[in-house]
Amino acid sequence: MASRLMALWDWFDARMPSVAEEFRKHAAEYYAPKNFNFWYFFGALSLIVLVIQIVSGIYLTMNYKPDAALAFGSVEYIMRDVPGGWLIRYIHSTGASAFFVVVYLHMFRGLLYGSYKQPRELVWVFGVLIYLTLMAEAFMGYLLPWGQMSYWGAQVIVNLFATIPMIGPDLALWIRGDYVVGDATLNRFFALHVIAIPLVLLGLVSAHILALHDVGSNNPDGIEIKKKKGPDGHPLDGIPFHPYYTVKDLAGAVVFMMIFCAILFFVPEMGGYFLEYNNFIPADPLKTPTHIAPVWYFTPYYSILRAVPPLFNSQFPGVALFGLSTLILFLLPWLDRGAVKSIRYRGILYKSALAIFTVTFLVLGYLGTEPVTVWGQFGNWMGNADVATVVARIFTVIYFAFFFLMPWYTAIDKCKPEPDRVTM
Amino acid sequence: MSEKKIDNTRRNLIVATTAVAGAAGAGIAVPFVWSFWPSERAKAAGAPVEADISNLAPGEMQVVEWRGKPVWIMRRTKEMLEAVKKSDDKVTDPRSEVPLQPEYAKNEYRSIKPEILVLVGICSHLGCSPQQKTVEAKGEMGADWAGGFLCPCHGSKFDLAGRVYKGAPAPVNLDVPPHAYLSDTKLLIGDDKKGA
Repeated sequence: MASRLMALWDWFDARMPSVAEEFRKHAAEYYAPKNFNFWYFFGALSLIVLVIQIVSGIYLTMNYKPDAALAFGSVEYIMRDVPGGWLIRYIHSTGASAFFVVVYLHMFRGLLYGSYKQPRELVWVFGVLIYLTLMAEAFMGYLLPWGQMSYWGAQVIVNLFATIPMIGPDLALWIRGDYVVGDATLNRFFALHVIAIPLVLLGLVSAHILALHDVGSNNPDGIEIKKKKGPDGHPLDGIPFHPYYTVKDLAGAVVFMMIFCAILFFVPEMGGYFLEYNNFIPADPLKTPTHIAPVWYFTPYYSILRAVPPLFNSQFPGVALFGLSTLILFLLPWLDRGAVKSIRYRGILYKSALAIFTVTFLVLGYLGTEPVTVWGQFGNWMGNADVATVVARIFTVIYFAFFFLMPWYTAIDKCKPEPDRVTM
Repeated sequence: MSEKKIDNTRRNLIVATTAVAGAAGAGIAVPFVWSFWPSERAKAAGAPVEADISNLAPGEMQVVEWRGKPVWIMRRTKEMLEAVKKSDDKVTDPRSEVPLQPEYAKNEYRSIKPEILVLVGICSHLGCSPQQKTVEAKGEMGADWAGGFLCPCHGSKFDLAGRVYKGAPAPVNLDVPPHAYLSDTKLLIGDDKKGA
């Protein structure tokens, strides 16, 4: 029997050798540094979540109706009447938040160990493109349940485009396909969410992995393992991705799935953070909910948007800063002029900057989920300004300072010498 | 390796055909970009609407839907018009310099007839719908509140002519839609040529 199977494989391999070749190139003979730690789980995990989202998404489309009159009802139908429908829907909604959790941790790993630095600039650029595409995917998906938050969230975001000078109002009309967010908008967002953007996402993920495998993975020491090769031509500090890291990532996946399932079965709405309460009310174009907040993964940027006061009778400066706050990530490889990659050998300046940036991101994220009145008002001496708005303004400045001052503080930072070989 | 000479005639042909194919490829995008504009049905649904204001009592507001947006029609009392005058120095654009209203509504009360206010009830900040806060809402809005509107999203305040108060996130006043009187009690919203 075993020899029969081997013969079948040989027959296949003789006709299509690229399958075995690609497997060797990207797994069995892809040498990854042997010192990967906890932070290196999140790349593989985001791939797993991508698969979860695609599979659960396909099954949702089988009962969902992309029609303004039917959409909300069809989601409730999935939740109540379709066998296992509630489970599939919660898998998809929990998966959306899980996607951003693992992607944010994955990006933070890049900041910790300088994974975006030369020669991995393209890996980072493709990664940021994936992140932005994912945001578009999540935003359009959030409109589909056609609840109050879906509707008014989309209204606010599409109106961001309307603030662009000259072309803005027409651009917003073109995006909506109607004078308001309506059936046309829902239908096209559905098409983009289920087919167009996932295709782009898959292409970008491929490019991200190919670019990574061409230059090789970074590691917690931030040194190039390819500089020290053994007599067999493989890096001395490298181990084949398969089986070593496939097994390690599998263990990570098991722990991840335990946490994922715990959320899925016990707190799928996550207290209003994963699925907002207002979204269980059907969309009503004539009635705005009293408090509109985007889902948690957008809130740091939303805080920045809200923090900027209108200039020259226009909301555009805030929108521009909001856009810049995401696009500036592209420039990271060229803003960082540090001599070393890893946080382990960086000086006090980068370490402090990263710590402050992390706090900034979290505070902006928290404030974005709350109304601006959450911390009350200052007294008359500050013109009765909202405390939260002032705090958001301060942290917005810090957010941009992290990037704009980076060429300066990374260049003068006192780095420690890097080791020759990786440390464990 | 032997040195290969580039045949420029052949190279130019390849460049030229690629450029033509590229231009044709960009042309293919046209119908897809085009299809994103509002359909004829959406445009028809965006046609002007009529509103009957014969039952609108002084101080009351009625809402009609035009292009999916709430349009407020309010019959203001003498006190309310007084309040508009008094808030001139508290609003960003008291004389409606920013063109958010038809020429015929660019006046003190932002309306054709002083008492009848017609506004698109969509905040100029990010498109939420403000809520009416009458003069009784002083407890919530502050002791000097003279009536007006509050946007629940980001707290922008507007007076009884839809003018934005200073310090609000909304940059400009609320829109006055094109409108006309078909008769004393009938309003046409969305078009100011009475032919519709």
